[in-house]
Amino acid sequence: MIRSLHIAAKDLKAEFRTKQMLNSMVIFSLLVIVIFSVSFGDLLGNSKIVTQLAPGVLWISFTFAGMLGLSRSFAGELENGCLEGLKLCPVDRSAIYNGKTISNAVIMFLVEIITVPLFAVMFNYSINGLAGLAIVIILGTIGFISVGTLLSALTVNTRTRELLLPILLLPIIIPVIIPAVLATGKMLANGDISDISGELRLLAVYDIIFFIIAQLVFEYAIGD
Amino acid sequence: MENIISIKGLSKAFGNLHVLKNIGFDVKKGDFITIFGPNGAGKTTLMKIMSTLVEPSGGSITIDGFNIKDDPLEIRKRIGSISHETYLYSELTAWENLRFFGRMYNMDKSRLNARVDELLEQVGLGYRSNDRVGTFSRGMKQRLSIARALIHKPPILFLDEPYTGLDQHAASTFEHVLRGLDAQDTTKIMISHNIDRSLKLCNRVLILDKGTIVFNKLRTDVGSVEDFKATYESFVHE
Amino acid sequence: MSKKSNQNNLLSILTAVVMLIATYMIFFSLPIMRDESGEILDNSFNIFYFHLPIAITSYLAFFVVFVASILYLKKGTHNWDVLARSSAEVGSIFALLVLVTGSIWAKATWGWYWIWEPRLTTSLALFLVYLAYLLMRQAIEEPEKRARLSAVFGIIGFASVPLSFLSIRMWRTHHPLMFGSQGSGGGGLEGTSLQLTLLVNLIAFFLLFATILSYKVQNEKLQEIITEKKQALP
Repeated sequence: MIRSLHIAAKDLKAEFRTKQMLNSMVIFSLLVIVIFSVSFGDLLGNSKIVTQLAPGVLWISFTFAGMLGLSRSFAGELENGCLEGLKLCPVDRSAIYNGKTISNAVIMFLVEIITVPLFAVMFNYSINGLAGLAIVIILGTIGFISVGTLLSALTVNTRTRELLLPILLLPIIIPVIIPAVLATGKMLANGDISDISGELRLLAVYDIIFFIIAQLVFEYAIGD
Repeated sequence: MENIISIKGLSKAFGNLHVLKNIGFDVKKGDFITIFGPNGAGKTTLMKIMSTLVEPSGGSITIDGFNIKDDPLEIRKRIGSISHETYLYSELTAWENLRFFGRMYNMDKSRLNARVDELLEQVGLGYRSNDRVGTFSRGMKQRLSIARALIHKPPILFLDEPYTGLDQHAASTFEHVLRGLDAQDTTKIMISHNIDRSLKLCNRVLILDKGTIVFNKLRTDVGSVEDFKATYESFVHE
Repeated sequence: MSKKSNQNNLLSILTAVVMLIATYMIFFSLPIMRDESGEILDNSFNIFYFHLPIAITSYLAFFVVFVASILYLKKGTHNWDVLARSSAEVGSIFALLVLVTGSIWAKATWGWYWIWEPRLTTSLALFLVYLAYLLMRQAIEEPEKRARLSAVFGIIGFASVPLSFLSIRMWRTHHPLMFGSQGSGGGGLEGTSLQLTLLVNLIAFFLLFATILSYKVQNEKLQEIITEKKQALP
């Protein structure tokens, strides 16, 4: 466990030194929101339509920005053969997975913290149920990132990894996106946390199931 | 001297492709073995199996008393790997790189810091310890990768084509550094196709061709570099 | 090989016979369906007897992929990979047929080709996972790596489908259903002749799946022998 944290710390240190991935993810995520709000145009005046569309826009921007980061997550380790160097260390394969999941999730949370205020401005929201929204975003992100990290490792040794990752990832995260969008919608419509207990439960179940599966299959995903 | 590595009946097949067939040899403590062979002979696969990255299809390998299938973690603790890849993170400094890998070997903080400083001096990079590895030359990276491989004082060292990408000068410096660190009597296995450079380092020579060991003799029995080149040609038709 | 193909021949004859009986039962032996008010329903409901068995078979096929994937990772035996990829290819066609029959049925009943009904939408999710699986297999050239990585995806994909169903059901119940409460389910499927027809159709489609799968596996193996022979040539 402690070594997962070392791996995550190593990733974050390298990332914050260049901020390459973080910057592109933030900009991409903001661009998605701007493009959507521009393309909706006059509809944004109609608050009823906005409440129905906006949660989807938010999660699309998270998903796409996240995919950008995930596609680099293990690809970055290929430079100088670092992934092999890591596999030569006496650590369990799952420690590599856990470390990567932690660093990916931290970066994703940062992107989300920057995106949400801009989203609120663009779609004329005053966010009230911030705690509830935070729980939804955290649970949704963990589910998305834990599957995404696994698939990032799975595709890293293929020729067409940038193409393959979204194709593999999107059908698998349907069960994250749907409850996350529903719950976000309810929270934005001044809902209470008790209104989204079903969604939260499903997200939690998803997180747990895929976290366990990842522990079991990760070694095969990064094997030579 | 006892055998520190023992390989018996090792084979590896990828689907219908038999990369290694019935490989067997022993390595004594303190040996420096060089395995020569053409591209596609299975050298890299053999190295990957020995360093627990790839599972063999058949046969057994024992390293320092541990079986490769049962105790991969124990074996990884005992080996250091130097390859043509440096296994270094470009965004981190030399010092951070060594410390990170030290942590992966579970070394405790105070001992690790001293070890990192000591190694950086030994490979002649002490003055650049706080510079990012991305700014280093190929030769400097390769020296740092020696330090990386030795961070946990492994009794066994694997060298996988370490000369790739090094010019004459960098290669000589590399050998010099490697010799300088040799006080601890590490057992070494190197794979290479550079006969000129590699033959003089080892005390036993193997030739691997088409997945089988076709030659296994002491360095003292193979004669000069020119003699060995002729022997190599007679076994391997590239 | 000849013994194997004899087995396949027997299996296909059996499938053909059961399939004929099943189809006969749908078109000629079913009583006329009436709704609550006693009006005669049109025959479009008959497609249900194809739709449901095909849907169940498509899930079964993916379950085969899942099990074969686990066994491949555990044992590393090449044959499990052949089974996984054969079942995925056959299963994806069944999954596509679920969508097609579902759409035809929806069009006949409600006038729309697509309805976001939970089970049908889950079949769509299943189909997308299948597509991703097959695309992935195409993208990797090294046989061993392809087998290993797609086995991992076969496991992940299978685990995601039930969760997809739960989330889609949650989503639909939160939206007003456009078409009243009538889903594609078997509500009102009482009467033994209806159940019997359904059962026979189910068996027929299982057999069909088994037959195609068995031929597919045999084909894949023959193909490998050919590739091997080709490589052996100078």
